[in-house]
Amino acid sequence: MSLNKQKDAIIIKDVTHTYKTETGLLPVIKNLTMSVPENGFTAVVGPSGCGKSTLTKLISGLLQPDEGEVFLSGEKITTPRPTVGMAFQNPVLLEWRSIIKNVMLPLEIVPNQLTFEEKQQRAKELLFLVGLEGFEEKRPSELSGGMRQRASLCRALVHKPDVLILDEPFGALDAFTREDLWQVMHNLRKEEPFTGILITHDLRESIFLADEVVVLSGRPASKQFFVKVPKSKTPKLESLYTPKSIDLLKNLRKQIEIAQSQQERNK
Amino acid sequence: MRHILVPLYAIVIFLILWELLVWVNEWPNYKMASPSDIWPAFWKFKVLFLYYGWDTLWRTVVGLFIAVLCGVFLGMIMGFSKVLREAIYPLLVGFNAIPKATVVPIIALMFVGQHDLNTVLIAFMISFFPIAVSVSIGLSTLEPEYRDILRSLGASKSLIFWKIALPKTLPEFFGALKVAVTLAFIGTNLMEIVSPHGRGLGALFDSGKTNSDYPLMFAVLIALAFLGIGLYYIVVVLEKIFAGWAERSSD
Repeated sequence: MSLNKQKDAIIIKDVTHTYKTETGLLPVIKNLTMSVPENGFTAVVGPSGCGKSTLTKLISGLLQPDEGEVFLSGEKITTPRPTVGMAFQNPVLLEWRSIIKNVMLPLEIVPNQLTFEEKQQRAKELLFLVGLEGFEEKRPSELSGGMRQRASLCRALVHKPDVLILDEPFGALDAFTREDLWQVMHNLRKEEPFTGILITHDLRESIFLADEVVVLSGRPASKQFFVKVPKSKTPKLESLYTPKSIDLLKNLRKQIEIAQSQQERNK
Repeated sequence: MRHILVPLYAIVIFLILWELLVWVNEWPNYKMASPSDIWPAFWKFKVLFLYYGWDTLWRTVVGLFIAVLCGVFLGMIMGFSKVLREAIYPLLVGFNAIPKATVVPIIALMFVGQHDLNTVLIAFMISFFPIAVSVSIGLSTLEPEYRDILRSLGASKSLIFWKIALPKTLPEFFGALKVAVTLAFIGTNLMEIVSPHGRGLGALFDSGKTNSDYPLMFAVLIALAFLGIGLYYIVVVLEKIFAGWAERSSD
């Protein structure tokens, strides 16, 4: 068991979570078990409203599961911890700070021994990696949506988290910008290895970015389907149009439909 | 240069029109004093204007300062706790609905003789409401994602307040402060006029009335306008310094 924990950076063990609403209990996750190996990147897809965002809150420790356990790097999660990085669909940059100051924000929260110059240097390196060199002193409102999301990714990574949680970070971007950012993600992974979990609605995104794809069933969510995605060292967008990829996409699509109809039935 | 000259011209034209209006209608100065009446009245009492202007100013500023402290405190309480908001808000609305002119004689009696205290008190009472409401709305409408960004890093509540909630609320706070400045002046003058004071521009206004010195009354109005403008622009400068980011660049 302990050996297994070291190999897997994220372990979700038999987790059940229920929201208490005014109209009664709303079970969102039921007996979910899944894991992400160290430096692995797993995409989670599923029907709308099946509890994917709840899952990110459970992993980050913002929520406690009613039943079951979540482990990060072998440690059971009971409260939020500074070794997690998060990025959402909304880049949530702070308008009163410059881009570089936004990226440095986690370093002001997380305990560390870095000097101000070192923090600045670290933020600059990341901004360079995502192609935002020269935009350090701009305000968030002066940047395009895609650029803001790039800055948000830098902020999620600046404190070298063990685990990166991405909750539909590219969901609000146009198709071309989104594909640019997929490439950015690959660059970041190469230069700044991290263990990641990606919540997404985009099946092409899931197989292009992730090593493994988990399909969640309709609410209450549990693991319905799981597939490993073979990856080349330098992924290209064209790889999405090979027969192999198309088969995989069709298969995933079918799984989503099953999950959707199940969610309809449970309503 | 243009943004100084244009308002200046506008003021000069306004004064000329005013003078003309009084002259054409041949109004006596108890009906409407003209700018040419006001300046001599001001000059005659220039020392009093200086002393009393200072009285009115510091009472207003102190009242405003207390209003900021209490307003921010109440706003924080209501912004962070839904239960306390539901408890305090109706009381606050009810209190605000009372016309402060009716409270003035009550406060004047309550603290009879303590001129500074009762004037500051009215200035405070009349001006804290918009501050409390704006801060509470600013805090309660903070998008949860902003909080989650810091909370997921294990940040404490007070750290989230200083790093995110407070700066994000500043533009709303300054908007309310601009309203509060004007209100605080109303409060100060109400008390200075009603309460047998002998000090402050309100008292000078009142003595103009008792002595039938009508140009003096108009001169007080102009002096109050100057004080109001001055304080307002101090708030504008503070806003530029602390919440200048909220202004969209004009390109």
